[in-house]
Amino acid sequence: MWQYIIKRILGLIPLLLVISFVIFMFIHLIPGDPARLMAGKDATLEEVEEVRQSLGLHEPFVKQYISYMGNLLQGDLGYSIKSGAPVVDLILDRVMPTLGLTFLSIIWALVIGILIGVLSAVFRDKWPDRLGMLTAVSGISLPNFWLGLVLIQLFSVQLGLFPTGGDDAGWKSYILPSFALGAGIMAMIARFTRSSLVNTLKQEFIRTGRAKGLSGTSIVFGHALKNSLIPVVTVAGLQFGFLLGGSVVVETVFSFPGLGRLLIDSIQFRDYPVIQAEILFFSLQFILVNLLVDILYSYLNPKIRYD
Amino acid sequence: MMSKLQIETSTMEIPKVKSENRFLNFWRQFRKKKPALFSLYFVFLLLLTMVIGPHIVPYDPAEPNYNRLLEFPTLDHLFGTDEYGRDILSRIIVGARITLSVSVSAVLLGTVVGTVLGLVSGFFGKWVDKAIMRICDVLFAFPDLILAIGIVAILGPGVRNVIIAVAFFNIPSFARIVRGATLEVKEMLFVESARSVGASTTRIVWKHIFPETIPVIIVYFTMNVGTAILSAASLSFLGLGADPSSSDWGAMLSMSRDYIGSSFHLVFFPGLVIFLTVLAFNLLGDGLRDVLDPKTND
Amino acid sequence: MGSLLQVNNLKTGFHTEDGMQTVITGIDFEVNHGEIVGLVGESGSGKSVTSLSIMQLLHDTPGEIIDGEIIYKGEDLLKLSEKKMRQYRGNELSMIFQEPMTSLNPVMKIGKQIIETISLHLNMSGQKAKQHAVSMLESVGIPRAKDIMNEYPHQLSGGMRQRVMIAMQISCNPSLLIADEPTTALDVTIQAQILDLLKDIQEKTNMGILMITHDLGVVAEICDRVIVMYAGRIVEQATVKEIFNNPKHPYTKGLIDSIPKIGAGLDELYSIPGAVPSPKNMPKGCKFAPRCEHVMDICNLEEPALAMENGRSSRCWLTQEQSQQEGVVGHGQ
Ligand SMILES: Nc1ncnc2c1ncn2[C@@H]1O[C@H](COP(=O)(O)OP(=O)(O)O)[C@@H](O)[C@H]1O
Ligand code: SF4
Ligand SMILES: [Mg+2]
Repeated sequence: MWQYIIKRILGLIPLLLVISFVIFMFIHLIPGDPARLMAGKDATLEEVEEVRQSLGLHEPFVKQYISYMGNLLQGDLGYSIKSGAPVVDLILDRVMPTLGLTFLSIIWALVIGILIGVLSAVFRDKWPDRLGMLTAVSGISLPNFWLGLVLIQLFSVQLGLFPTGGDDAGWKSYILPSFALGAGIMAMIARFTRSSLVNTLKQEFIRTGRAKGLSGTSIVFGHALKNSLIPVVTVAGLQFGFLLGGSVVVETVFSFPGLGRLLIDSIQFRDYPVIQAEILFFSLQFILVNLLVDILYSYLNPKIRYD
Repeated sequence: MMSKLQIETSTMEIPKVKSENRFLNFWRQFRKKKPALFSLYFVFLLLLTMVIGPHIVPYDPAEPNYNRLLEFPTLDHLFGTDEYGRDILSRIIVGARITLSVSVSAVLLGTVVGTVLGLVSGFFGKWVDKAIMRICDVLFAFPDLILAIGIVAILGPGVRNVIIAVAFFNIPSFARIVRGATLEVKEMLFVESARSVGASTTRIVWKHIFPETIPVIIVYFTMNVGTAILSAASLSFLGLGADPSSSDWGAMLSMSRDYIGSSFHLVFFPGLVIFLTVLAFNLLGDGLRDVLDPKTND
Repeated sequence: MGSLLQVNNLKTGFHTEDGMQTVITGIDFEVNHGEIVGLVGESGSGKSVTSLSIMQLLHDTPGEIIDGEIIYKGEDLLKLSEKKMRQYRGNELSMIFQEPMTSLNPVMKIGKQIIETISLHLNMSGQKAKQHAVSMLESVGIPRAKDIMNEYPHQLSGGMRQRVMIAMQISCNPSLLIADEPTTALDVTIQAQILDLLKDIQEKTNMGILMITHDLGVVAEICDRVIVMYAGRIVEQATVKEIFNNPKHPYTKGLIDSIPKIGAGLDELYSIPGAVPSPKNMPKGCKFAPRCEHVMDICNLEEPALAMENGRSSRCWLTQEQSQQEGVVGHGQ
């Protein structure tokens, strides 16, 4: 098991190198003169030159890459053009709200998604299945920004139950955004749980369970569910990328002070060092989650765990 | 020489004869999937709207009317009017053209590039395959929308750049799917026999392998259009996509956010139309998959 | 020896796109206490459907029992509630399956799978149930039984898995064990061991066994009596001795000729030409007629009835020509 984990981590190194290079290239791919673009339209020549110096853009390409990687390994992501603050600080400020939001979303997406999936599989082709799968395909089709706005209208404006945005109201500020963010994944988990469970229920060990005298409920929850959830774990991990992208949109809708909001603000201000660092951060998070999911998958699956 | 010729022609015929029967067969099964069938009608209706939309609108979608600002839906204005007194229904009808053409062309671009990569990767194998699959891994390492936002951040906002950005994250998934299908077809005998009579590589790929992967491509194309509409609308909503003053559905939502609370219909109708359109593409994709790609079916 | 299980006029069908398709067309047979009865026939004859009908395990299939009685110890199982039936399964009647690879839950420890059965039916507490499970594993000849309790199915060989399966299904001391092709997926040497084990268990516990197989060789090895099935019908029924000495039905003869002979090469292996007809394309008269060497005109017109004679029965015009002319036997369905 440990060997497997270490092998997986080492296997990621080339990918991480390539990705950091792609993200390093980010500023260089901007058409025209990036220093001029970042300094703004009305900047004087000196101001443009100042930006160029501060970003090291006047250095030879290779040297820039080496110092970029050196800084990166020391946790130095450069300075914001807009505020001059270290990018690391900006990001660290915003990490917790976003993590809380995504975590909450994934929790209830798993709980409700698995519940719907199980009901649909157990009552296959009957009305709970049709209702469950209609809910699921709708969830996948819902634009999360619209869902967010509808939730605000309904629960904040009309019913006054939750704040319309921000994160000053404690747990209450998290309910609506996490709902808007999790709906899509919830739907995908529901669909996948259903098809996985339907497949498991066709397998022969299910018949063995029945021949032992187990009830339908014991079979589904005692035997089938664990087998079906192993692949669901993988899907949930893959969809995590969807959640990261969604958090940008949902945080914008709810004026939620997280990483996503920071990304959009930075794009508006052409604050490229921040954009660059954020994209790196999002991809690292995505890769990390997929690594964890892989490990969890092999842990849950005795065939892999014991080989 | 004689026998070579016969093999050559017979291997050419196989996919053609099959495809005619296939279509009838397909339609017979597809017709039974009611949600998918209705979605197909809905998609046709949308395509029709794209073509004739500007000619059937009840009001000029760009014409402000300062006497009727922010009116709730009435018989005159079924979806109400916006902050300039423009008819929301008319704007949505006209906006279909922008919204759909952006998403469809983005997926189309992604499909073409992805399919070519997948065919090449699956057919040649070895290092070509490895290289292409590594590139896909790198693309996969970026969450979809984040990748798109990054690309727009580099290229600048606007419809053309949204198309490029959305196309980008369609590439790796198509490359993988088509590669898988190609490997399967390659195993089948008729490619072997075509090869043994010395047909050229491009010819084999184009005449024998590509046609076999078409059903899978159609399925994923349809499903990805749904996702692409959502992504493009998200970008527009974030102010990174279509011109905010245009009647692109995402842009309409973006502009009317501030009126939530007092004039909710400004937000409600464009979003509802996006939802229904994406739903139609997803249901259509599900139905197509059930019929065309039964392997992945449960 | 009294009657343990009595199947009367069992009819089972499947819901298909073209409506209900009858697959088992009204069969009768019995299994006595302490008896091993072979149910033989080629693949597709309806053996598994018969056994699943007895256990009422058609839940997860489009299958349904249409008619008949399944009398177990004097009680009609088909009249029991599902809840009552659950108390019988794994306890009074048990079943083991063909595929030892896939018939055990891959993500549950072997010990837990056995203990589950025990605590379901026997009034045993945790530690006692565990001890019982270990002793069951030992009784089916599994070495290191205690360690195996904590292992997963994929860590065992096919033969070991089948032993685990047997241990699990006899752990509550059932009176009837249905074994559906329990050795088909195993190597020849392992096959013989498993058959010996079953014979052994039967002698110790006096349980009745319904042994389902497509291989008359297996029947010769352990059975007392044989039922030959073809196309959802019983075509011959007799003791093992009678069947091998004097098979009446041409199909039985074909099956006997198909038994692999020791020392013979693969190319000498005989098999009956043709295949079992599907429920959709059943011949009108005798269902075996299209494949029969002895087919006569009447065979294609009318199906022979299952005629009893000296305690054995056969469904063939050859053996009942005279009696038919004398009008003793009724016509087939
Ligand atoms: N799940 C099912 N759905 C429809 N028909 C079935 C199903 N299972 C079995 N059958 C039909 O029942 C017949 C007997 O099958 P089975 O009992 O499995 O044969 P055997 O066990 O003798 O090989 C077959 O002709 C098959 O067509
Ligand atoms: S009835 Fe006729 S066809 Fe059928 S087994 Fe007997 S001889 Fe053969
Ligand atoms: Mg069988």
